[in-house]
Amino acid sequence: MFSAIWKFIQKFSSPPYFYQISNKMIPWLAVIFLATLVYGLYGALITAPADYQQGDSFRIMYIHVPAAWMSLFIYMVMAVSGAIGLIWRIKLSEVVAICSAPIGAVFTFLALITGSIWGKPMWGTWWVWDARLTAELILLFLYLGILALYSAIEDKRTASRAVAILAIVGVVNIPIIHYSVEWWNTLHQGPTVTKFDKPSIHIDMLIPLLVMAVSFKVYYVMALLMRCKNEILVRESNTKWIKEMVMK
Amino acid sequence: MTEFFHMGGYASFVWSSYGIAFISLLLGVILPMRTNSATLTRLKGRFRREQIQAQEMQDNLQDTQEKTS
Amino acid sequence: MAKTSISTTKAFYVILKRDLVLAVRQPADIVNPLLFFILVSVLFPFAVGSDSKLLVEISTGVVWVAALLASMLSLDSVFKQDYQDGTLEEMILSAHPTSILVLAKVLAHWLMTGLPLLLVSPILAMMLGMPDDGVFILVVTLLLGTPVLSLVGSIGVALTVGLRTGGVILSLLILPLYIPVLIFGSGAVSNGIAGLDISGQLYMLSAFTVMAVFLAPVAIAASLKISLS
Repeated sequence: MFSAIWKFIQKFSSPPYFYQISNKMIPWLAVIFLATLVYGLYGALITAPADYQQGDSFRIMYIHVPAAWMSLFIYMVMAVSGAIGLIWRIKLSEVVAICSAPIGAVFTFLALITGSIWGKPMWGTWWVWDARLTAELILLFLYLGILALYSAIEDKRTASRAVAILAIVGVVNIPIIHYSVEWWNTLHQGPTVTKFDKPSIHIDMLIPLLVMAVSFKVYYVMALLMRCKNEILVRESNTKWIKEMVMK
Repeated sequence: MTEFFHMGGYASFVWSSYGIAFISLLLGVILPMRTNSATLTRLKGRFRREQIQAQEMQDNLQDTQEKTS
Repeated sequence: MAKTSISTTKAFYVILKRDLVLAVRQPADIVNPLLFFILVSVLFPFAVGSDSKLLVEISTGVVWVAALLASMLSLDSVFKQDYQDGTLEEMILSAHPTSILVLAKVLAHWLMTGLPLLLVSPILAMMLGMPDDGVFILVVTLLLGTPVLSLVGSIGVALTVGLRTGGVILSLLILPLYIPVLIFGSGAVSNGIAGLDISGQLYMLSAFTVMAVFLAPVAIAASLKISLS
């Protein structure tokens, strides 16, 4: 049975097979994404009752929280994928790692900007040095570092390996950063309630949140496959299978 | 209906958040699609040129072979 | 596999001594970051006014941030010379574990850059009006923190050593990783000045130091091998 799984992985990690499969999967993923998105948005904007404290502004949470979850999730995937590519030299793993980076950066940016917008009516300022928001900001710098390093190295395979090391170092540091920032926040703020505490969770409020989280995950896979296709085209441009596919 | 758009007074905040999210995610899909078609076009052009060049070299080789034989 | 002519421990000391001797011959690599440290700290009174109360409040942050930046600036020299003349490649190809040799290099680097920073910091802290017990804690935190800065920073240097524009993105790569050290380092000093317990912060800093000493050389060695491939 293991040899069957291994054969499947080998087949799947061959670029031409991956490219064809991606082409087939992307439209389906788009459909699932839109379906879950609509369902989630309906719950977020209409079904969920307005919070008694924050009113309708809490609905920003339905973008902010899933985006923040994605920013961390994608970093993990990037680090694991990078590590696999580094250790077993699997090309596709390298591609998945670097193609995840811009998507993760966008989600991080989204979490930051919605966090800022959410904070303004609640706390009066466009930015608060809340522990979680500050940690997201540092995460954004980690993502930008990965993108900068990759673009600075000419050879793509060397670049992938360098970026994998950076991602692994980053992933080890993320819990340290979160803990440090959490401590720093209580030091300079005193024992106040964390500013982005979710409102008391009502089931009608929770379900749209989970649906949005799923929706964003589907989006990630879809966007990832699209970017991986481009990366594969560039990396494998001198191979026979690309020539045949392009000239068809 | 107007209550929906009004969002309890927080309209500008809620809708700008959702708007930015929508635009970001949309761009995250449109940009790769455009890059993909641009790359395919570029590669097609390159392979065409290489094919023509290879064909020319073959013709030249045939010519010189014919001349020397 | 050929028998190595000297033990790894011996090799460690050879490289340590060599780097120290070379550094002493090029005092600019030592003096420049130190001057930067002093100048940056001195800039603040000009920026925020000479009101001693305000200066005292920001003194911890100023000295720590200046130390961080000076540390980062000094890292430029840790691998550059050896990269350019091929010695780095030889170190990697030698039979000794690269991480040990790298640890020797970073230790030498810290002795020549981090340690001077440590020794000059009390003067700067006092100029900014920091009370004496604060100054003592400051030195302790820098003693624990600057090795971490050197070690973690060297990972960034190792990743960018072969790049033309390496120095530009170095700050982007390592400053985010420096933040926890900064938080606990300056946190210990401010808490200490306020008379609060600082054992937690010192434990965290010590933990960072130990982790950095054991893990960073591995990452640095791996990064060097990639950069030199």
